[in-house]
Amino acid sequence: MLRFTLRRTLQIIPTVVVVAMLIFVIFSVVPGTFAASLFADGKRAADPQMIARLNEEFGLNKPLMERFATYVTDLAQFDLGTSFRTRQPVIDLINDRIWASLQLAIAAMAFALVVGVPLGFLAALRPGSVLDTVTMIGAVSGLSMPQFWLGLLMMYIFALQLNWLPSFGYGDGSFRNLILPAVTLGVTPLALLARTTRAGVLDVLNADFIRTAHSKGMSEAKVVRWHVARNALVLIVTTLGLQFGSLIGQAVVIEKLFAWPGIGSLLVDSVASRDIPVVQGTILIIVLWFLVINTAVDLIYAAIDPRIKQE
Amino acid sequence: MLKRLTLAAMLSLGVAGGALAAGERHGGTLVFTAPYGSSFATLDVQSSPNTQEEFITQAIHRALYSWDAVQNKPVLELATSEDVSEDGTVHTYHLRENAVFHNGKPLTADDIIYSYKRIANPKNAFPGASFIAVIKGAEDYTAGKADEISGLKKIDDHTLEITYASTINPGFPLMQNTTVIYPSDVEDEAEFGKNPVGLGAFVFKEHVPGSRLVVEKFDKYYEEGKPYLDRINIVLMAEDAARDIAFRNKEIDVSILGPTQYQAYQGEDGLKDHLLEVAEVYTRNIGFNPAFEPFKDRRVRQAINHAINAPLIIERLVKSKAYPASGWVPISSPAFDNDKAPYAYDPDKAQALLAEAGYADGFEFEVTASPNESWGVPIVEAILPMLKKVGITVKPKPVESSALGEAVTTNNFQAFIWSNLSGPDPLNALRCYYSKTPQSACNYTSYASPEFDKLYEAAKQERDPAKQNDLLRQANNIVQDDAPVWFFNYNKAVIAYQPWVHGLVPNATELAIQPYDEIWIDDKAPASRQ
Repeated sequence: MLRFTLRRTLQIIPTVVVVAMLIFVIFSVVPGTFAASLFADGKRAADPQMIARLNEEFGLNKPLMERFATYVTDLAQFDLGTSFRTRQPVIDLINDRIWASLQLAIAAMAFALVVGVPLGFLAALRPGSVLDTVTMIGAVSGLSMPQFWLGLLMMYIFALQLNWLPSFGYGDGSFRNLILPAVTLGVTPLALLARTTRAGVLDVLNADFIRTAHSKGMSEAKVVRWHVARNALVLIVTTLGLQFGSLIGQAVVIEKLFAWPGIGSLLVDSVASRDIPVVQGTILIIVLWFLVINTAVDLIYAAIDPRIKQE
Repeated sequence: MLKRLTLAAMLSLGVAGGALAAGERHGGTLVFTAPYGSSFATLDVQSSPNTQEEFITQAIHRALYSWDAVQNKPVLELATSEDVSEDGTVHTYHLRENAVFHNGKPLTADDIIYSYKRIANPKNAFPGASFIAVIKGAEDYTAGKADEISGLKKIDDHTLEITYASTINPGFPLMQNTTVIYPSDVEDEAEFGKNPVGLGAFVFKEHVPGSRLVVEKFDKYYEEGKPYLDRINIVLMAEDAARDIAFRNKEIDVSILGPTQYQAYQGEDGLKDHLLEVAEVYTRNIGFNPAFEPFKDRRVRQAINHAINAPLIIERLVKSKAYPASGWVPISSPAFDNDKAPYAYDPDKAQALLAEAGYADGFEFEVTASPNESWGVPIVEAILPMLKKVGITVKPKPVESSALGEAVTTNNFQAFIWSNLSGPDPLNALRCYYSKTPQSACNYTSYASPEFDKLYEAAKQERDPAKQNDLLRQANNIVQDDAPVWFFNYNKAVIAYQPWVHGLVPNATELAIQPYDEIWIDDKAPASRQ
């Protein structure tokens, strides 16, 4: 198990290196510069001297290869660089925001898990029932609704009409402020989990070993608990891992809509202003988060299903 | 049309006047919105030219001058009076003796010298350096050729002499966000970005990056009896739709409106009576590059101005949230000419002009455009059929905002659509058509007219404001006749405010930026704001 864990963890490194290179190359060729973004709204006249001074200060007038070498060297020392906009270390800016993003992602995933998995399970145990039909219609709706629109709808109903919750903001980090953005973000993974759980459980229910268990006189509850749940778990954990890993990236829209102070909104502003070190740093953290979650999922597989470990 | 424009401008002031009721009340919390992004780039406002950071500046900082939105001109802020030399270049400022920084340090001439040197310091690459450049010796200092700015001279703690490089109104450059005054006794300058200290009416209390900035009343503020509010929460809300719901839900007190919301709010009781409108100092336009053969001929450029029905686009697409442009400087500018009509929509005349210029069969050109709904791709799409009627084919070239700026300033375009600053200082606004202004600065259309230059240079030398404005008015009319751009519209900025909010002003430079020390809330405000 230790060797398996070590191997999976080490596999993260080359992925991060490739992603880091890709990010650098992409943002070196996209049009627009930080200096140009400062007058992009037309609210002030361009100042060529200021542009020259900024390019000098941030080393943007150096050859691409030299900039790349600096980037890689800094990265190897875990230095994500300094923000053009704030002139503060990128890691500090991410530190300021990462907790809010994690709060949102964890809350959204918890909501999806607590509601989605039981619903999918119940729907599979009673295929064709009203519960199954309603759950699947809800799941398809949840998957097809744009998050931005859903967020506005939630604000309209729960803030404006019912006046139960605040429509935006972080407040003092309270649970009330978290509910609407977390539920909005959690609807897609919820729908996916419900559908996957249903499919996985149905698959297991039709397997030979379930028939054998029933024929041995095992009670329904025991069959479900010992055989169905355990075997369907691999598929559920896979979906959960993929969704959880990508939630921080998906949260970009939600954070902007609800004025939630996570790294998603930091990324949006940084892309618009071509604050390249922050863009690179933020994307790397999002990628790293995805990889860590997926590695954790692989390790959980091994714990759930010994066959995977042997392979 | 001109009558309509003038009426609109007066109405704007009328609405604003309604917000300036008497009976000020002390106390309470205002929830204000900063809508131009999901975060503040920095709290060190000297380093940021963004409008977003001006929300911080208004609360925490003060500059030597400030913008008086009611008088529509810059006024002295940190000085009680000034003596000006005969040639207009030497100003002696008598600084406020009761102005104190939030860290307890009294304001002295040293703080102003320190701040201007910090802004112009070549190591900092601060955007405000171009404003400080109006002071004699500042350019040498920024270039690293001098250790001091020769035009700054401390007479005593509360008297400062500034020699300017030429005869200008220093109020415009020295009232900027990027030229505010910091205390000279803060050892670690990195602190300005973490715990800002200023001379403003409110003290920095808390910053939650990406969410809000909170300021509280400064008891030692130099203006007697101000501010009225105890606290301001400046919340970051970049999404129009989310702001709309929050405003209707009374979670925010002031919200800037886009075209769609403006139309909706005008039709709703309870909302329509609390709108503040002003003609802002931005001109939306399509700039023509004279390096592109057809645009060398001014008849072609005039033809385009005649071929597009700008009022129709303003009504249908911009939802009447703009005033048709008749020239470069906007309605609120003292150099605006009330007697000069906008180009009339006249496709026949456009076709005749094109034929005279040798383009009877039309031609094709590309417009570099950002996605902006009021001055981007949607507007280019609206003019396509209008120009097609006179034989001109337009191709939109969509780019992101920062890429637009880069394309324009590197002269890499046939035409571009943008919204550009055209005030409040008409001398500075028309600098963008002076032939000696580099293309990469703001003469984006490489405009060169000896007649214009002559008037502009005369205006620069003129010290009588009325005569100067008259010269600039004539210069502006020459630009209009030469049509280096398609004059689309002047932005009409609109904010919605809750009925309990008072003291908002029609700030033509940027309506969303309000003087917080003038604002107060009455007893009808919800309990959370009391």
